[in-house]
Amino acid sequence: MTLSAAENPLFEFLLRQGDNALVLGHRTSEWCGVAPVLEEDIALANMALDLIGQTQLWLGYAGEVEGAGRTADDLAFLREVYDYRNLLMLEVPNGDFGRTQMRQFLFDAFQVPWLTRLQDSTNTRVAEIAAKCLKEALYHLDRSSHTVIALGDGTEESNRRMSDALTFLWPYSGEVFKVDATDHAMAEAGVAPLPSDLHSVWLETVERVLTEACLTLPEGTFAQSGGRTGFRHTEHLGHMLAVMQTLQRSYPGAAW
Amino acid sequence: MTHENEWPLWEVFIRGQHGMSHRHVGSLHAADAEHAIRNARDVYTRRNEGVSIWVVEAKEITASNPSDKGPLFDPARDKVYRHPTFYDIPKEVGKM
Repeated sequence: MTLSAAENPLFEFLLRQGDNALVLGHRTSEWCGVAPVLEEDIALANMALDLIGQTQLWLGYAGEVEGAGRTADDLAFLREVYDYRNLLMLEVPNGDFGRTQMRQFLFDAFQVPWLTRLQDSTNTRVAEIAAKCLKEALYHLDRSSHTVIALGDGTEESNRRMSDALTFLWPYSGEVFKVDATDHAMAEAGVAPLPSDLHSVWLETVERVLTEACLTLPEGTFAQSGGRTGFRHTEHLGHMLAVMQTLQRSYPGAAW
Repeated sequence: MTHENEWPLWEVFIRGQHGMSHRHVGSLHAADAEHAIRNARDVYTRRNEGVSIWVVEAKEITASNPSDKGPLFDPARDKVYRHPTFYDIPKEVGKM
């Protein structure tokens, strides 16, 4: 019997870490072969692979912490929608290239300070995984912020598309800062800071890049939620998992 | 397929893990030099090939003319004495 989030907050925390990387990694991989230019196609595929690699570390450790004998693959391929703990922003469809880049940027702008702080976790496994992921996140942020600036400060059409992307994504971007009992348990144990403590540093990065990208910071503060708690996902995650999990669901235990 | 607004072409040079110098590895398209470095990182170093990247816009390279091949290179063909192959190099010297 699986313990609840309250009974095993570390497991819950690790699922959130792993599911963010997994869902964004899978969404990013959907660009493989169809990105607007070859160079970006390869870069997106690299990033997807980075994220899937991070998933293996987080979910691998999650499986150990759960103690029910589940591997990273079991957690990735054999859970249902309501078991997922990723941010809603990461599961919504990619949209156009610009929206994909804007989402990546909004996520990276959080990941970099977040993973930086996780390096000081009292949990040495968490600290080690964070240190490894941070190097990748730093490059992702470098790339996504430059792309957001290039497209925002590009043509009339690219600016309009980036502006639309920001309008679409903004209500999702605040979910990560809505803390709950799991976050408090992790903060009290010294495993992780409260995500809300990083809001100002995140906003600073976002404001700086958006200004350079000739885009206006949306004023709304309403934030969608339910993804990281598992309370309510969008209708899109089920479709994504159907594609992602089809092989393991059709041929249980298949390996190569 | 070429577009009027296609990004310029860049030539990429990578110095490998144990490489002595940068070697030309290929080319790619990018909007500017920094973008070219990032694209080169993703296109040419994803299998741990490099420790340093140079990029140069292809149009900035001046190349020798293929029709000048005779006068440029033929005179060097029969001057074997210019090759330092008549010496024994001590092992301690290492790579030359």
